[in-house]
Amino acid sequence: MAILVKSTAGGQAVRRPAFRRGNGDRVFRLLATAAGITLLAIMAAIAVFLVAEAIPALRANTANFLTELTWQPNAAEPVFGIGALAFGTLLSSFLALVMATPVAVGVALFISHYAPRRLAVVLGYVVDLLAAVPSVVYGLWGATFLVPFIVEPSRFLNRYLGWIPLFGGDTVVGRSMFTASIVLAIMILPIIAAISREVFLQVPRAHEEAALALGATRWEMIKMVVLPFGRPGVISAAMLGLGRAMGETIAVALIFPATFTVSFQILGPTGNSIAANIANGFGEATDLGRGALIASGLVLFLITLAVNMAARLIVARRAAYARAVA
Amino acid sequence: MKHAGRLTVAAIAGALMLASCGTDANTTSGAGTITPTGGGLTGTINAAGSSAQANAIAEWKKSFQAANPGVEINYQPSGSGAGIQAFIQGTVAFAGSDSALNDEKGEPAQADARCKTGKAINLPMVIGPVAVIYNLPGVDGLRLSPATLAGIFNSEITKWDAPEIKAENPGVSLPSIPIQAFHRSDESGTSDNFTKFLKATSDWPYEPGKAWPPEAKGQGAKGSDGITAAVKNTEGAIGYVELSYAENAGLQKAAIKNGAGEFVELTPESAGKTVEAAEITGTGNDLKLKIDYATDAPGAYPIVLVTYEITCEKGLPAEEARLVKAFLEHTASDQGQQVLRDLGYAPLPAGLLEKVRTAIASIS
Amino acid sequence: MSAPMPTGLRPVPAVRRAKDRFVQALVCLAFVLAIIPLLAVLWMVVRNGLARFDLEFFTHSMRGIGARDAGGGAYHAIVGTLEQVLLTSLISVPIGLFTAIYLVEYGAGGRLARIVGFFVDVMTGIPSVVAGLFILAFWILALGMPFSGFAGALALSILMIPVVVRSSEEMLRLVPRDLREAAYALGVPKWRTIVRVVLPTALPGLVTGVMLAVARVAGETAPLLLTVFFTDSINHDPFHGPQMGLPLFVFDQAGRPSDTAIDRAWTGALTLILIVMLLNLVARAIAWWRSPAKRGS
Repeated sequence: MAILVKSTAGGQAVRRPAFRRGNGDRVFRLLATAAGITLLAIMAAIAVFLVAEAIPALRANTANFLTELTWQPNAAEPVFGIGALAFGTLLSSFLALVMATPVAVGVALFISHYAPRRLAVVLGYVVDLLAAVPSVVYGLWGATFLVPFIVEPSRFLNRYLGWIPLFGGDTVVGRSMFTASIVLAIMILPIIAAISREVFLQVPRAHEEAALALGATRWEMIKMVVLPFGRPGVISAAMLGLGRAMGETIAVALIFPATFTVSFQILGPTGNSIAANIANGFGEATDLGRGALIASGLVLFLITLAVNMAARLIVARRAAYARAVA
Repeated sequence: MKHAGRLTVAAIAGALMLASCGTDANTTSGAGTITPTGGGLTGTINAAGSSAQANAIAEWKKSFQAANPGVEINYQPSGSGAGIQAFIQGTVAFAGSDSALNDEKGEPAQADARCKTGKAINLPMVIGPVAVIYNLPGVDGLRLSPATLAGIFNSEITKWDAPEIKAENPGVSLPSIPIQAFHRSDESGTSDNFTKFLKATSDWPYEPGKAWPPEAKGQGAKGSDGITAAVKNTEGAIGYVELSYAENAGLQKAAIKNGAGEFVELTPESAGKTVEAAEITGTGNDLKLKIDYATDAPGAYPIVLVTYEITCEKGLPAEEARLVKAFLEHTASDQGQQVLRDLGYAPLPAGLLEKVRTAIASIS
Repeated sequence: MSAPMPTGLRPVPAVRRAKDRFVQALVCLAFVLAIIPLLAVLWMVVRNGLARFDLEFFTHSMRGIGARDAGGGAYHAIVGTLEQVLLTSLISVPIGLFTAIYLVEYGAGGRLARIVGFFVDVMTGIPSVVAGLFILAFWILALGMPFSGFAGALALSILMIPVVVRSSEEMLRLVPRDLREAAYALGVPKWRTIVRVVLPTALPGLVTGVMLAVARVAGETAPLLLTVFFTDSINHDPFHGPQMGLPLFVFDQAGRPSDTAIDRAWTGALTLILIVMLLNLVARAIAWWRSPAKRGS
């Protein structure tokens, strides 16, 4: 509760407890709360709608929705499940995240701490260009350029690093989980980089200068001051990027071979994801098929939710630890 | 703050300029071949459905709108299933679909419900032959029988110099490279018709459907454009696409063995012969067809796909019914069907066309 | 870390210097690695898009263009995309920003804030097609509204709001607490503090977040398919009747079996990238010019 300190003409301070919030404050608070509640209302409506559409399909399903691998909602005996799809979503998104985050953090550091000041603005804008490319273009680029291009490097990986299960397998093709993950990584890189950059730019200069004054090299200063300060922001950025990767529809649909198997061999002709399956099946789906696709969309929701909750937990625990240690 | 003022003025000026500098008037070659069909019509119709007929609709729209400038036709090529769903939901006046309303899914009943007083009818309008494209430099005019096709697409025949292929192509030197079979990764009417063909003419072990059976393996590519690009860029590749894609990309097409034992090349005429031999299973003005993929009509190319326009015989609002009827009359007219030839489709055979015209006349 | 006594400057030990240089090289490498795909994609788009990069493309629609005709343009799609993105931003930015303000300033730690935060996380993962389906079912089918640019804007808002909220939340949290407390100590009401102190301080970051969100929704195809439907002709009215959007245009033209269509698709893609870049530039210019740092305070 703010206490207003007013000085009278004679220089005497008068304390006046301000228990009343002004009108401006009330209106503003109302607006902010209303916005939050609107969001909740939208989410609730979407959830209700999705569940309503999904239930008839789920009821008609003769297999276990969560573990079944194939997708045949239009067969006489509908059999469909998200086993292979969820696996593909998670694998491709995490691969994309693993590939994009270090590069994005590097780019953010480069722009905030290594590049010459005047160049930094231009460079930041250049990286933002990556975000301006629409997903359908990434899909077209991936399908026409990257798919043939990646075959040789994939063969190289398969030959020399094939003992790692990830790169093993007999067949190496261009339309693979690997290619799709690369495209996803490129798509989420600007999100993570841009937000991380903003976060790193907000590090209090006093802290940085203190470290430098004590004789730290630039890297040591970054390690001691910038990274810890920026960790929650970077994790948030990574979560936004992950959300985008998991929900990306068109770009991966143009690259994935749309198989329904669970395989860790990312260089081979397998790969599918929940969102890509929706893109592939939607145009031709019957009533039941649509319901099945929407049910898979619900699962995607839940997966995103679980991942985000885990991230928030990590951030909270680290913050608590940092506070306890500091 | 004067900058804010200037910026706003600049923005508004820019917006106004943008708003006024566009035009709908496109003059293109071929605009002279239209026949006015009661040119005073006005209104808008929304339609959606098969992307296989997107090119045909674009051409028909052009000539129809040239003759009736007050009409707006919006056709969204979002897919046959989406088109039927939109029709059932009432958001479009007619749907284009590669397969007729499916009884097993209850679609006829739902469509009839949308038509309130009337019945929903399937009107065949476009024949889209499915070409088997391949990439073998130096090997033109490859001949394939349904049994061999089934073996290739089921990943059983894996090399181009396999005995089955050699037997059907005597005297042709086939390289010993692996066969890379591409199929549609998205659901499509093309896959549906192709698998129906395989099922009817060989021992294809899977149920035909819009989605490619995952057990058959092979590689998936999205859209006919995806398969075309994949086959074009991969030596030893084989795939199936609508004729228009094969023609546009200049890809090699295989001659397929029909029920009479002949290896037939794909032309609009040979595709039309198969449809001529098709049986009409709909009643009244509903012209649902049952295609005999194993047809023994001489010179018939057996892998065809028929696209239907699905609309209400009676029950559309009067305005819409008038526009739909006029448009469909245009597409079923001689000029309308003629254009199909150049676009990689086949026109309807005369007998069927007559029945279609009669059905259209009854729309109200 | 033991600080050397300030009797003079000793050179930094070689190991630490090597590590520093190594990291510098890594960071530069990261930047180069990020630029390469960008250049590859842009190169492909520019090379293929220049074919139709003419005045006709920007001033004509696709009305009356037959299947194999050259000519025609994307004016109707450009107008559609600009109007849809504008409407989307008008809806999403206030809601998103106010929600972020609520989460950081008013509700922090409270139960409602936790629930809202939870659901924002869920919203970030919505596949774009689901957002489109929802608006189709709710706005177009249930409420009986026509296909329109506004319906598309609603669908895109569902995708844009969570990004705006999340990024704005981060930026607002970064504003040092002392700035706020200084304002309160001077008797400034809370709302005024937010408007006059917190928001301007966070402005560059907020703009970045909003532009990222705009860039994302400007390129979405699936929601538009279901809500703005499709049209070949110009429709300036975003509230009535089907419109067209650039991503839809690109997606549709790219899938056609005709070289003239594919050319138009690439030019459409190039146009879309240029539009988003331009919006980005304008927004950044405004942010830079309005930021407190620049005004020297």
